[in-house]
Amino acid sequence: MIENLNVSRRGFLGHIFSAGALVLAAPVLPEALRAQQASNTGTDHIWQPSVYLGIEPDGTVKIVAHRSEMGTGCKTSLPMIVADELEADWTRVTVVQAPGDVKYGSQNTDGSCSVRDFYDTLRLAGASARSMLEYAAAQKWGVPELECEGRNGYVVHTKSSRKISYGELVPLASAATAPSPNTVRLKKPEQFRYIGKNIPVVDLQHIVTGKAVFGIDARMPDMVYAAVSRPPVLGSTLRSVNDAEARQVRGVQQIITLDLAKPPYGFKALGGPAVIANNSWAALQGRNKLKVEWNLSEHAKYDSTSYKATLIETSKKPGRVARETGNVDSIFAKGGAIHEASYYTPMLAHAPMEPPAAVASYKDGKVEILASTQNPQAVQDTVAKALGIRAQDVLCNVTLLGGGFGRKSKPDYCAEAALLSKQVGKPVKIVWSREDDIQFDYYHSPAAMYMKAATDSKGLPTAWLQRSVFPPIASQNNLAEQYGGSQLGMGWYDIPYPIPNLRVENGPAQAHIRIGWMRSVSNIYHAFGVQSFTDELAAAAGRDRVEYLLDIIGQPRTINLGKEGLKTPARENPKFPFDTARLRNVIETVAKNSNWANHKPGNGRALGIAAHRSFLTYVAAVVDVEVANGNVILHRVDLALDPGRIINPDRVKSQFEGAAVFGASVALMGDLTVADGKVKQSNFNGYPVARMNQAPFETHVTVIASDAPPAGVGEPGVPPIAPAICNAIFAATGKRIRDLPIGKQLSA
Amino acid sequence: MLMPKAFLMIQLTINGKPRRFDGDPDMPLLWYLRDEIELTGTKFGCGMGLCGACTVHVNGEAARSCVTPMSAAAGKSITTIEGLSATGAHPLQKAWEAANVPQCGYCQSGQIMQAAAMLKSKPHPTDADIDSTMSGNICRCGTYQRIRQAIHMAAKGGKA
Repeated sequence: MIENLNVSRRGFLGHIFSAGALVLAAPVLPEALRAQQASNTGTDHIWQPSVYLGIEPDGTVKIVAHRSEMGTGCKTSLPMIVADELEADWTRVTVVQAPGDVKYGSQNTDGSCSVRDFYDTLRLAGASARSMLEYAAAQKWGVPELECEGRNGYVVHTKSSRKISYGELVPLASAATAPSPNTVRLKKPEQFRYIGKNIPVVDLQHIVTGKAVFGIDARMPDMVYAAVSRPPVLGSTLRSVNDAEARQVRGVQQIITLDLAKPPYGFKALGGPAVIANNSWAALQGRNKLKVEWNLSEHAKYDSTSYKATLIETSKKPGRVARETGNVDSIFAKGGAIHEASYYTPMLAHAPMEPPAAVASYKDGKVEILASTQNPQAVQDTVAKALGIRAQDVLCNVTLLGGGFGRKSKPDYCAEAALLSKQVGKPVKIVWSREDDIQFDYYHSPAAMYMKAATDSKGLPTAWLQRSVFPPIASQNNLAEQYGGSQLGMGWYDIPYPIPNLRVENGPAQAHIRIGWMRSVSNIYHAFGVQSFTDELAAAAGRDRVEYLLDIIGQPRTINLGKEGLKTPARENPKFPFDTARLRNVIETVAKNSNWANHKPGNGRALGIAAHRSFLTYVAAVVDVEVANGNVILHRVDLALDPGRIINPDRVKSQFEGAAVFGASVALMGDLTVADGKVKQSNFNGYPVARMNQAPFETHVTVIASDAPPAGVGEPGVPPIAPAICNAIFAATGKRIRDLPIGKQLSA
Repeated sequence: MLMPKAFLMIQLTINGKPRRFDGDPDMPLLWYLRDEIELTGTKFGCGMGLCGACTVHVNGEAARSCVTPMSAAAGKSITTIEGLSATGAHPLQKAWEAANVPQCGYCQSGQIMQAAAMLKSKPHPTDADIDSTMSGNICRCGTYQRIRQAIHMAAKGGKA
């Protein structure tokens, strides 16, 4: 499994490690999956091990971070895992950001899986290196290997207390064979030196002094700047360009027209006239002075008001069944207590503070690119396809990301930079204004949810029907795709209620704009539907919301979706069973921490609760909300979560503090509208996000201690926030919000 | 006689160093800092003075460099995040580190510059002072409560 790379094999690592270093590599995919992929692709490149660490003769430990840093802290937490098993001295650790390369396995920093997917491999890599150093020391001292222990940068002989630094052992250890993974001694959790401890992120000082380099800060010698005028309505074609005024702008060098993308749009550069200039300002000014006329496509008929009506209408008609147990129709036919509700959430933009940014240089059939990207391998593939070159001829170096939230997994902007560089013959920095960012996003889809339940004397459902309708992400690659597919596994068919008659459906929706994944993805609207409706049923029964939520989830059990009527069996992950005891536990914990039992609604102020499992992490939220003069004040958020083992607790907490703010933006103000096929909003005036005086004043995060395998932390905090806020508003005012954002709905 | 648009020499001081600029006087200070003299600590976020990512000090007061044309910066003394402290040890920078404020970090230059200007006039701000002064600075990662905590920490001489 683990390989000690000899000098000849590591020529490609010359820029990272010196010739004398001990360099260890590990394959990154589980055996079964690797075999499957190799047979699928007919290539063996995925067998190539990825390099995670090297120890220099001077004792410096270099650890490669192969995922992108956009604020989650993974550039620090992943190396912490390696350093822990290695027993490295953290003060001697240097973290090196990896370029895009398939040998690392997936680098798509997305889906809250950096720690989850690499925890075991990184531990093994660190432990193997430690084992080799211990072996080397044993040889040197002529003592049994078992008496030698790596400790904080040294190997110590436990019987004599002699010690020798890792650096001194490098020449001997380099000659050793990497141990078999079966014989490597991994640490016991109580021996962890770094895992579970708070360690500041490696870029902290550079960030607070302005020295950190984000994609927008990247430079190449002799580079020029470019801004593109993209088709305002998806699929439109160019009728005419008048660039006379643009050429008058001081600093504008030339105008180049990029070919327009044809469907499927995927990650392709959209194309359009581009202004090349001496600086960002001149490029943007020049672009704004272009007079471009377009032949609008059929998507110019797209209007968000009528589209919303269609989504809601569709949600009330039978759709495709994703999961079914019992027979909801026969129960509904009996009459009795029947409840129905429709919910709607609008289209949203990611709006990372740093818009998409990259610098690319094309030369002699090869591209070098510095990109703010979540997915450097997708940059390689996309740029290669755009230019008709091989992916391995695209070197993608990854900068820090000024936020990503899913936007920067889609490298259309990188393709723009590379295409323009080829035409200009110089490195090109692509400049996206905020207007570009908001008008040419891969949008979080609008969604309509229809819910119906029959309840018994305790108010618990005997039958439950839920149907969601939204233009799917799959429309990126096929505009004709209208069904949710795997997105239904995000808080929809995995609803954790043991209801004897249950049907989960999804209706069709045609996309007219680029749809993509945004932090938490479909969990946002699905949790809003399920957790709002649950609160409505509890209210109808006059029940305490916490008690009701625990009752509807039922006795602790492991959910087996295959046995519970899932139509298209999702691949079960035996490592991460859906354990409702853990969901109950976070609910009970958050109720306690928020003093739920003693908090009575009054004076327009109340608590609201919601719970949701996503990205394999169990989360419950209580929000203390006051409605005053139509404004929503978020006094406090309590979050309890069970994400399994965590690496860097403070960074986990910070992700959930941030999720409360992101969720507040979703609940309070996020709303994109479309007229004539064009997004109407273009900056933070029309598309506001939560500011300090609108965000929760304080968020308290409680992490349940757990030895379970690590699950996601970047995204699962967001979904419960909006329903918890709306449930609190109902408790405080009696007004039920079924349509996001809350906006001015409470003013009347 | 019709003269071409005049580009007069603009003189200004940036982080204590005199500078001369003879480009478009309408160009915002932000792009001069970032593209012309490579001080990229000051960030672009919106271009309309809506988000605060580009905040610098102009004669000691917080200003949005994305809507400050070079003509308005003429003769002024500009301080950017790179010039806030020679050693990176401004009390706010130390507090930002102690509270582990940043997530992605992109907006934090602007946040720190805004907070630094506030502390000059209000060395001991209340929560309400902080919320009203800092609400012009957007953090999409949502680090607001730690920003508030770090400002209090810096105001108390580094104590939590």
